[in-house]
Amino acid sequence: MTDKIDVQEVKLTAKDFKSDQDVRWCPGCGDYSILAQVQRTFPTLGKKKENFVWISGIGCSSRFPYYMDTYGFHSIHGRAPAIATGLKIAHPELDVWVATGDGDLMSIGGNHFIHACRKNVDIKLLLFNNQIYGLTKGQYSPTSERGKITKSSPYGSIDYPFNPISLALGSNATFVARTVDRDPKHLQQMIKRAAEHKGTAFIEIYQNCVIFNNGAFFSLTEKENRPEHTIVLEHGEPMIFGKNNDKGIILDGFEPKVVNLNDGKYTIADLIVHDEFEESPVRAFILSHMTNHPDLPTPFGVFRQVVIETYNEALERQIKEVTEKKGKGDLDELLFSGNTWEVA
Amino acid sequence: MENENGKEVKSLSDVTVMFAGDSGDGMQLTGTQFSDTTAFIGNDLNTLPDYPAEIRAPAGTIYGVSGFQLHFSSKDIHTPGDGPDVLVAMNPAALKKYKVNLKKHGTIIANIDAFDKKNLKLAKYDTNPLEDGSLQGYHVYKVPITTLTQEALKNTKLSPKDVIRSKNFFALGIMYWMFNRPLEPTLKWINEKFKKKHDVAEANTIALKAGYYYGDTTEIFTARYIVSPAKLPKGTYRSISGNEATAMGFVAASVLSGHQLYLGSYPITPASDILHHLSKYKNFGVKTFQAEDEIAGICSTIGAAFGGSLAITTTSGPGLALKTEAAGLAVITELPIVIVDVQRGGPSTGLPTKTEQADLLQAMYGRNGESPIAVLAASTPSNCFFMAIEASRIALKFMLPVILMTDGYIANGTEPWRIPHESELPKFDHELETNPEGFQPYKRDENLSRPWAVPGTPGLEHRIGGLEKENITGNVSYEPDNHDLMCRLREEKIQKISNDIPELVVDGDEDGKLIVIGWGGTEGSIIDAVKKAREEGFNVSRIHLKYINPFPKNLGDILSKFDNILVPEINLGQLSKILRSTYLVNTIQFNKMRGLPFKTYEIKDKIEEILGGSND
Repeated sequence: MTDKIDVQEVKLTAKDFKSDQDVRWCPGCGDYSILAQVQRTFPTLGKKKENFVWISGIGCSSRFPYYMDTYGFHSIHGRAPAIATGLKIAHPELDVWVATGDGDLMSIGGNHFIHACRKNVDIKLLLFNNQIYGLTKGQYSPTSERGKITKSSPYGSIDYPFNPISLALGSNATFVARTVDRDPKHLQQMIKRAAEHKGTAFIEIYQNCVIFNNGAFFSLTEKENRPEHTIVLEHGEPMIFGKNNDKGIILDGFEPKVVNLNDGKYTIADLIVHDEFEESPVRAFILSHMTNHPDLPTPFGVFRQVVIETYNEALERQIKEVTEKKGKGDLDELLFSGNTWEVA
Repeated sequence: MENENGKEVKSLSDVTVMFAGDSGDGMQLTGTQFSDTTAFIGNDLNTLPDYPAEIRAPAGTIYGVSGFQLHFSSKDIHTPGDGPDVLVAMNPAALKKYKVNLKKHGTIIANIDAFDKKNLKLAKYDTNPLEDGSLQGYHVYKVPITTLTQEALKNTKLSPKDVIRSKNFFALGIMYWMFNRPLEPTLKWINEKFKKKHDVAEANTIALKAGYYYGDTTEIFTARYIVSPAKLPKGTYRSISGNEATAMGFVAASVLSGHQLYLGSYPITPASDILHHLSKYKNFGVKTFQAEDEIAGICSTIGAAFGGSLAITTTSGPGLALKTEAAGLAVITELPIVIVDVQRGGPSTGLPTKTEQADLLQAMYGRNGESPIAVLAASTPSNCFFMAIEASRIALKFMLPVILMTDGYIANGTEPWRIPHESELPKFDHELETNPEGFQPYKRDENLSRPWAVPGTPGLEHRIGGLEKENITGNVSYEPDNHDLMCRLREEKIQKISNDIPELVVDGDEDGKLIVIGWGGTEGSIIDAVKKAREEGFNVSRIHLKYINPFPKNLGDILSKFDNILVPEINLGQLSKILRSTYLVNTIQFNKMRGLPFKTYEIKDKIEEILGGSND
C-alpha cells in the first residue's frame, strides 16, 4: 500500500462493519435487526476493527460472521464457544464474539456453553433464541415450549424447555442479560454493556423466526401486550411495570409476586430494588424464573454482572509469575535438564 | 569371572528384569528408579511398563498386578526384551502373571511373606509354587522382604502401614546389589522427592540400603553380575519416555518456529502425560487448556491456530474418534494444527493402558467427505521428540492438520537419548501474512498453502468456515467445479509434502527375497528380529515408515524390488491394506493384538518361515 492509513485514527461507522456478502436470511427475520444493532454499536466501542472476531456454529444465526466485515469463523455445530475460547486464550487482545442459536448453544453446544461461563473466559455470547430449529426447517428446540406442535412433534413436544438465563446463572456466568430483536435501543445498550464487560458475557436475544415460529414473542414485543407482560431491569431501581407503572414485584420468601401499587397495601419501598452487581447469584436466579410465567412479567435487561479475574487474565498472570520465578525458558536448558550423563 | 566378598561376579552383556507386584506396591516407581540408575551408568536400555487400568485393583489379584520390564545391555538394544531373566515377584499373583514369560533357567526373587494362604488363593494357586516343586529349573530366591523391611525400620517413627510401603525400596536394594548399580542416584531422588516428608525419606533410604547389604552379606545369593556400559555415540544423554519427548518436541517446535505453543486437551490414558509435561512449561509461554471434553480440546486448538499459535491437541483412540468432525473443519479451513494420537487397545474403551496400532485407518480416513490429513508416526520413545517437530513444521508450512501417531508402548517406555542441541534441529520456513495488498484468504503458494492471516492484523479481515469455499477468494461457494477443484487441491497439497520429507533408506540389500516393513512403535522389535535372522544367515532387508500420508516418494520403487513384503503390525493389517491399494503389491501380514509390543522372536520366526528355512 502506498498511502498507509492508521486504522485507529479513522472514525469507524456502521458501514465499516458491513461485508460485501449479500445477507441471505428470510425477509422479516429478526436476525436483520441484531446484525444492524451490532453494526451500529461496534463503531462506538472505541476498539480496533481488526481486533474483532465473530465465531459461530451452525444454524441461521451462525451465518452472522459472513455479514460482518471483521475476522470471522463459521465453524461446526455447537462448537463456537470452544473455538472462541482457544482463540481468546491464544490471542487475548482480540474481542471475540460468538453468534449462536438455541439449537447450537443449548443443545449440541450445551457443554461448551456451561464451561465457558464457569471458566469466565473473556468472550461474548449472543444467543439468538427463536425457540425453533430454523435451518433444518422447523423442529422443536431445547427452548421450545412444552406441547409445541412441529414437524418432529406432530402431537406436541413432550420436552421441558431450558431457561437459558437460569442456565447461564447456574454456570456462574459473570454477565447475564436478556433483550429482544424488536427493541433496537435496548439491544444496542445490551451489546455495549457486554462489550465492556470483562469475562464471559451472555445475552439471550429473543428473535422472531417469521417462517417457522412467527409471533413466538409477540406477547412480549407488541405495544398492546408489552407493558403488562414485561419488566425492564434497571440497576438501583425498584421493579415497577405495567401500562400505568402501577405494578411492582416483591419478594415473598423466595417467590416473586406482583403487587398493585394503587390498592394502598404496598408502596414502592416494598419492591425489590434490582442490584445487577450483587455478588450472590441467588436473586438473579429467582428473577430468571419470572420468564414465561403466567402471573409474572418476563424480565429484560442485565440480570447480573460481577467482575472477577477472567480465565485469560489468570493464565497470563500465571505465565508471568512462573517466568519471573524460573526465568524465561531456554530450550537447551530444558533438553539438558534432569539426570544426564556423558558418553565420551 | 571374578570373586568378590566370596561371591562370584559374572559379566553379562544383556539382561531383562521384571519388577512385579500389586498396583499399590510401587513397582512402576521401582522400575523407573532402576532404569534411571541403569541409564546413568551407561547401559543402553528399553522399558515396558505394564499396569492395570484400575488405579488400585483389589490387592493380591492377578488383574491388580503391575509390572515394569526393563531390558539393559552393554550393546545397542531396541526392545524391552522378549521375557525377563530375573523376575522380582512381590506376591503370588505377580509370579503367576509373569512366570510364563520368564526365560528358561531364569531367576525369581520372591517375597515369601506375601505367599500366604489368602494371597495364594487370590492368585489361584492350589499349592504354594515356592514349595511344590513347580519352579524346578529356575533359580528361586525366597526372601522375606516384608519382614526384613519391618526389621530394618523398627526404629523409625512411621506407622506399621507406612513401614510396609517401603518394601519396594528393599527389593530395589537387592537388585542394585545383584547388578552392581550405585545407590546414589536413587538416594538423591528420595531426598528430593520426599523433601517435606523427612520420615518417609529416611525410611526409604534405610530400606534401600538394607536391601543392598542383605544381598551383600547373606549366604543365599551366590553371584552378582556386571553389565558394562554400552558403546553409544558420543554426547550428553538422558533417559526419556515417549510422552515426555513428545512434549519437549513441541516446546522445541515453538521455539524454532517463533510461534507460541497452545495445547487444548482432555485427559485420556495413555496421552495425559503430554498435558502434564506441557503444563509445567509456562515460562516458555506455553498455554495449556484442559478442555471440558475431547471436542473442545480440538476446537479450542483450531481457534488458537486461527489466532496464530502453534496449536496442538493430544488424545488417544476414543478421543480421536470424538475429534473427527472438528478435524474435518481444520481440513477445510486449512489451518495448521497437530493432533497427537497415543494409540491404545480398542475398539471403544478397549485396553486403556495397553498398546496397539489399530488407529491407522481412523487417522487416515476417519472423517466425512474427502478429508485428507497428513499422518506421521514416531517409532521409538526418543523419536517422538523429532516427529513432534516434524509434525509442527509440516502443519505450519503446508497450512493443514497433521496427525502424529505414537502408542502406549513408546509413550510410557523409556530409552537413553543423546540430547540434540538447538542447532541440530530442523528449520522452519513459513511466515504470517501481513500485507493487505492483493490479499485473498485462499490464494495459494507453490506448496498450495494458503496465507496464514491472523486476527488483529489490519486490513486482512476475512471469513473462513466449514462451508465449501471458493478457491482464492474464500467466499462460500456451491459451484460444482469449484468443489471438485477444492477436493483435489486439498489432496494434492498432502502429496506436495512428499517433496519435503526424507526418502527411505533400506537397511540391508536393496533387492531380494524379503523386506520387512513396519511403521510406528514396532521398529525396535523389527530391527532386532532382522538382525537376529541375519546372524542366522537369512538375507532380509528392512524399512520403517515414519511418514504415512504422504508416503516417502521412493516407497513404491523399494517394494517393487522384493519378492516378499512382510508387514508386522499390532492390528489386523491396516498398513497392509494401504500398501496393497496404493502400490498394487501383495503383502504378507503378521498381526498380533495382545496389548503388548512384538517379541523379537515372533517376527524372527515369521521371517524364517517365509524364507522357508533356506538360509542360503
